[in-house]
Amino acid sequence: MQQLLFALFTMIVGVAACAAYFIVSNWILDRIFPSKSRSGAVASRNLRITNMIRPWLFLAPALLALTVYLLYPVIESAWLSFHGKDGRQFVGLGNYRWMINDGEFRQSILNNFLWLLIVPAAATFFGLIVAALTDRIWWGNIAKSLIFMPMAISFVGASVIWKFVYDYRAEGTEQIGILNAIVTWFGGAPEAWITLPFWNNIFLMVILIWIQTGFAMVILSAALRGIPEETIEAAVIDGASGLQIFFKIMIPQIWGTIAVVWTTITILVLKVFDIVLAMTNGQWNTQVLANLMFNWMFRGGGDFGRGATIAMIIMMLVIPIMIWNIRNAAKEMEGR
Amino acid sequence: MTAVRLKDIRKSYGSVKVVHGIDLEIDEGEFVVFVGPSGCGKSTLLRMIAGLEDISGGTLEIGGEVVNDVPPSKRGIAMVFQSYALYPHMTVYDNMAFGMRIARETKQEIDRRVHAAANVLQLTDYLDRLPKALSGGQRQRVAIGRAICRDPRVFLFDEPLSNLDAALRVATRIEIAKLSEAMPNTTMIYVTHDQVEAMTLADRIVVLSGGRIEQVGAPMELYERPANLFVAKFIGSPAMNIIPATLIGSGAKTTLALPGNRQVTLDIPTAESKKGATVSFGVRPEDLTVTTSEDFIIEGTISIIEALGEVTLLYVEVPSSEEPLIAKLPGNQPFQRDEKIRLTAHATKLHVFDAEGKALR
Repeated sequence: MQQLLFALFTMIVGVAACAAYFIVSNWILDRIFPSKSRSGAVASRNLRITNMIRPWLFLAPALLALTVYLLYPVIESAWLSFHGKDGRQFVGLGNYRWMINDGEFRQSILNNFLWLLIVPAAATFFGLIVAALTDRIWWGNIAKSLIFMPMAISFVGASVIWKFVYDYRAEGTEQIGILNAIVTWFGGAPEAWITLPFWNNIFLMVILIWIQTGFAMVILSAALRGIPEETIEAAVIDGASGLQIFFKIMIPQIWGTIAVVWTTITILVLKVFDIVLAMTNGQWNTQVLANLMFNWMFRGGGDFGRGATIAMIIMMLVIPIMIWNIRNAAKEMEGR
Repeated sequence: MTAVRLKDIRKSYGSVKVVHGIDLEIDEGEFVVFVGPSGCGKSTLLRMIAGLEDISGGTLEIGGEVVNDVPPSKRGIAMVFQSYALYPHMTVYDNMAFGMRIARETKQEIDRRVHAAANVLQLTDYLDRLPKALSGGQRQRVAIGRAICRDPRVFLFDEPLSNLDAALRVATRIEIAKLSEAMPNTTMIYVTHDQVEAMTLADRIVVLSGGRIEQVGAPMELYERPANLFVAKFIGSPAMNIIPATLIGSGAKTTLALPGNRQVTLDIPTAESKKGATVSFGVRPEDLTVTTSEDFIIEGTISIIEALGEVTLLYVEVPSSEEPLIAKLPGNQPFQRDEKIRLTAHATKLHVFDAEGKALR
């Protein structure tokens, strides 16, 4: 209860402080360069000056936050990646050389690419299918809500849920994991799913697909509804079948949106961390870049240089996709 | 030969009935226009003929064959939509070829038909363009071209000119008229709310209101002999003036008592029993002329003058009528506001409707 009140209090104070900043800073600006009750020339000069300063004044908190939390860490990471364990001794490209030859790094890169290939494709595909199907049935909105719900669960929370799904108990004892329960019900032997090399990667991916399908569905459903009904009716008159209409008329019209959804999930996948940390912590060949970075940076590894180097790699992988994504999204906006 | 036959066609959405039993026969090569105010069911009727809406009751025949349950693509129809409905991701060529590709026509045949249609519609230079690189008029021509490529028995147009600006609307209207002349065996059904389109294009006009047919007939027939008050008011612009009146003399000629103690005699025979009935007297604005003699129909005060150059519209306040009477006089007229004028019209240009709104003839 006390915590709740405190959270509420913090929220109110935070919002009030923001509002106060804008009001007070604006007031001070108007005081320094008053435009009322002055002669014409001075008033118009002051008005021009305040109009030039005001946008920057209002942007200042955001710019400050961006600098402290985004720009500075990027520069610091870049700097650290050329330095040794404690971040003081300059090692040149030493960290990068180490990285290329490191088995675990190679494993992580490979796994990341697997994630990259499978998760965005699967989530977008399922999202599209669900969006197209639920638009035609009366209980479509209920189905959509259920499928969207995992979006509201944190990655760690989702991992906990799926840990139970994949849970393993010794043969003969009662299986509390649904997957093993099904397998044993059909007479099979229970498996420790998340320890099976290679396949365990897929099992982890399922969690993210489960979460992201809802996202893809919502965006694609909106896009599908944006398709002019007449183009579909024209295709019906032209004799196209349901499948032909879907693939030749509908999909091409929402191609831009599909690309945006795909790349958005791709960026998310490149940063995948929580699920791997919570499920396997990179054991049994499931390591990914973000978790590897975390290991070297803050746990066990204790090597700022190597951690920062991996961080740089992730950033370099994300940036081009992000640029493409933003361009695509901007293009979509224009089209509307 | 009958191309399209509608027998007691009905449409309802759940318990809401929107079309109440339409009977209509359309001959091969005929240009029929469905016209009516919004919500009258004209588009629904067209969409039922196209197969885009289920038919709730009655039978629909196209080319002598009942097609109630035949899919749209097998009905031998093509449709042009108000919003053009072009496939935005396909070039003009592909838009026109799509239907034929679905039907697995040979490449040569597709090419031949697309070029033939493009030729007729002057689209040959635009075949490689996407719809977004075309103007509104060009897009509508592509939509018409796509319909031509289907080589249909029946062309369906759903308000095809509504999205075009005034000048293009006239140009495209003339193009559609030419097209229909160039294809004398193709039946055309055209939906519009614009009576100018209906009057200029149609062989026959079907006036619809509230899901029922009010009157079917050639444009001039509808204009000169409207069957009821609705058609009388709907066809013609400005609408026909309607004045409440009492029938006082019947027989070979009919005499009406108009407000303002005037009487008017029409060349319309009525039965003796109608004597004393409350009726509506109708006269079109363009049939009214100004007179100074004692032989006038109605007298009133000018409240508004709209001079349009080619014609002048006079709004005349007359006794016992809330709405002003409108007179459409040729050219520029030297009248002033608040001037009193007398109006008359030729006896053959007068209409009278009974209490139910049916024309007395």
